[in-house]
Amino acid sequence: MQLQINNKTHEVDADGDTPLLWVIRDNLGMTGTKYGCGLAQCGACSVLVDGEIVRSCVTPLDSVIGRSVTTIEAIETDPVGKAVVAAWVNHQVPQCGYCQSGQVMAATALLKQTPNPTEDDIAAAMVNLCRCGTYNFIKTAVNEVAGRKEASL
Amino acid sequence: MNEILRHPSAEAELPTGAPVNMSRRGFLLGSAGVAAGALVIGFGLPVGTARAQDAAAKVAPGTRVPAFLEIRPDNTARLMSPFVEGGQGVFTAMAQIVGEELDMDPQSFVVENAPTGPDYLVVFGKMRITGGSMSVRTSYDTMRHLGASARAMMIEAAATRLGVPAAELTTEPGQVVHAASSRKVSYGELAGDALNLPVPAADSVKLRDPSQFRWIGKPVKRLDMYDKSTGRAIYGIDTKVDGMLHAAVQHAPRLGMTVASIRNEDVVKAMKGVHSVHKLDGAVAVVAERWWNAKRAVEALQVQWNEAGAEAKGKGIRVMPADFSTAAFADRLAKEPGAGKDAEKEGDAAGVLASAKTVVSATYHSQYLHHAQLEPPSTLARFNDDGSLDLWMPNQAPEMFQADIAKMTGLDASKVNVHSPLLGGFFGRHFLYKSANPYPQAIQLAKETGKPIKLIWTREEEFLRDPMRPMAAVRFRGALDETGMPIAIEAISVCEGPTEGISGHNPDKMDPTALEGLTGKDYAIPNKRIAQLYVENPTMLAYWRSVGNSMNDFLYESFLDELADKGGQDPYELRLKLLKDNPRLSNLLKAAGEMSGGWKRGPYTAADGTRRARGVGMASPFGSYTAAIAEVSIKAGEIVVHEVWEAIDPGSIVNPAIIDAQIQSAVALGLSQVLLEEAVYEKGVPVARNYDLYPILPPSRMPRVHARIVESGEKMGGIGEPGLPAIPPAVANAVSTLTGQRIRSMPLSHYTFEA
Repeated sequence: MQLQINNKTHEVDADGDTPLLWVIRDNLGMTGTKYGCGLAQCGACSVLVDGEIVRSCVTPLDSVIGRSVTTIEAIETDPVGKAVVAAWVNHQVPQCGYCQSGQVMAATALLKQTPNPTEDDIAAAMVNLCRCGTYNFIKTAVNEVAGRKEASL
Repeated sequence: MNEILRHPSAEAELPTGAPVNMSRRGFLLGSAGVAAGALVIGFGLPVGTARAQDAAAKVAPGTRVPAFLEIRPDNTARLMSPFVEGGQGVFTAMAQIVGEELDMDPQSFVVENAPTGPDYLVVFGKMRITGGSMSVRTSYDTMRHLGASARAMMIEAAATRLGVPAAELTTEPGQVVHAASSRKVSYGELAGDALNLPVPAADSVKLRDPSQFRWIGKPVKRLDMYDKSTGRAIYGIDTKVDGMLHAAVQHAPRLGMTVASIRNEDVVKAMKGVHSVHKLDGAVAVVAERWWNAKRAVEALQVQWNEAGAEAKGKGIRVMPADFSTAAFADRLAKEPGAGKDAEKEGDAAGVLASAKTVVSATYHSQYLHHAQLEPPSTLARFNDDGSLDLWMPNQAPEMFQADIAKMTGLDASKVNVHSPLLGGFFGRHFLYKSANPYPQAIQLAKETGKPIKLIWTREEEFLRDPMRPMAAVRFRGALDETGMPIAIEAISVCEGPTEGISGHNPDKMDPTALEGLTGKDYAIPNKRIAQLYVENPTMLAYWRSVGNSMNDFLYESFLDELADKGGQDPYELRLKLLKDNPRLSNLLKAAGEMSGGWKRGPYTAADGTRRARGVGMASPFGSYTAAIAEVSIKAGEIVVHEVWEAIDPGSIVNPAIIDAQIQSAVALGLSQVLLEEAVYEKGVPVARNYDLYPILPPSRMPRVHARIVESGEKMGGIGEPGLPAIPPAVANAVSTLTGQRIRSMPLSHYTFEA
């Protein structure tokens, strides 16, 4: 099967019902996308498919054939993604960092679709779990990229 | 450039792809031709193995500069950290401390976790764990001396190079300066000579005057932010080596059971990608070309399990009874007869309680908790042709894992190379726990297949074998005088502490981790008795962020509010009265009050029309002191925490920005515990095997958090854990005030609240 990831076409030998996550990690060796739960509960595996955020741990490979997948490895090739990464570094968002690939993907998807999100937009889009509790830092970083003044913290 | 002096085989090969803990800077250097992991490229004198071993035999931990530092020609430093980075910021803190004394900007450091070895036993100068919020506070002086020694060696080398007396030389960040001749030499140029010089005697190096610190005490930016924001950071689960196969396991439903037979082994062997099927101790495994194939296949195995036999006990594991339920166990703890053993006793609590007019009694509960770190456990194991064994796995104590593996495999410890990648969260999960670490399985599979094996536990297998934070029932009694002041308190905790749970119960000793947070309270209550009534748990126990304090401060501080209410006292004012002779804690509590705009208990109506109340809690964990205030309301029957204000006095500090982040993090975990978390067992099995039934704090439940550091100048305390214990009681006390309903157990999701 041919898989389009990060603007490259890969020939992949896997069953069509294999979760995209494991194709990315094991077949293609790109480990930036993380496994946390396998049940679409935590969001550590978030990637973009045609610009939409999806949880790759429950996304079958055959559902993304012919579509364009973006992973964290290519996030900085996108200007919004690059701005998100810069804000993440600027606000020192990560702690253990394990969920942050997914968080950066989710923020990028949000800000590409809704460049000026409301607080509700942010709350609706930024739902990935973080066991270190970096949620307030994430919010601040997203607000910065959105050029939003934050309600005083 | 010198090379870091370490066991050669430990460094021989890193996983293909990117080296463990490779930072961006390291990566760039690597691309530029200086392979950061490949230390065979040495610019200093080659270090003979004999010299290394000789030195290792009598090394004083934390003194041998070349074991810790490599300075490259481009004036960047590579530092081997004795502590593993798992989000707490310790790599950056180590760079700050060493950089301060070495006179080198922490931003020019690449930090990695050190291999095993006597050099790195810097916790109290004799052991190595990353835990107990001990890293910085127990190694601060050692690491400062290390940096200062390295600086002295740079000066010594420069003196020879420039042909001037060392006394005429000073340093600026990254270089030695001879002011008289306006000459400067960079550390990168000097390192090859400098780091082969003998390390100066500890008392001969001068430490920097703290008033002159440039980096210690400042919000220095963390070194791992870019890698962790771009997916470049490598965790255990990401490691790979050539030729490795993947493995997945299915554990017995209850610990202690063993494999009797597999009904459909042939069918599963024929599944796509499957290499082999294996019977392990209390588990079955499938090895496959790809992990997904291994996982699918192992879940398809139909296993007949034997009930645990007598041999289970010898393995140091606990046999899970088929009828175990946490609800019944909680009930048993509450009713267990006995008065327990004294852990802390002052005055005559029993006498005062017997004669007091007003006595308050209540039984409180804490619950089992999962670590629920987002990175599931994994181990990559590879046997090498020279008989050595390489392991990449999350761990908080490499030497302890190494010793256990040596014992298990019969290999000499020097043949067991433990690599310690970044941790995708730990919270106490990655200590040595019998039955809860995947490495024995990975080693067996590597042995049986003759291939390197990477074993990953699914989230479901993790929640089945994760050892838990203990549960307890605490029977409190408190006596009040006629003015409503507490004059006696008794707490009998019916529980098993995590340390005795892990290392074995000694009836002649107390486990301090069982009671910390009930003991060590600083309130001036003249008569007190804190006791433990030991009851062995049928489950495997573990350390969980802030250990005993994670539950005990909730229990004590909530009961203290009950005493305040009974005595007609405001809980904040009562605490101030009980601390009036303790200026340090009075200041801290007042700081929290002031941050919150002045103590205001409520209930009151906020600007948005919601009814709110505030609660307060305090704790003295891990050498630091905290006071927290939380503001809550109720929406659709669910508790909303709006604001948390927390003041922490850790004595003195290294990085205020990291402390702020750790407070935020500890608040989140404390809230997660008090609002949502409980690991429930029914019929001997956990009800939740994933986050769907074991919810952890989601972003929608995160309040605004205001942290303040109160630097009293006292002895340095811990940072990673102390922010947690005051949070659950602050929230529970606020909820009690708001609802009039006393909160005596966690989580609050079990209670019904009217809107």
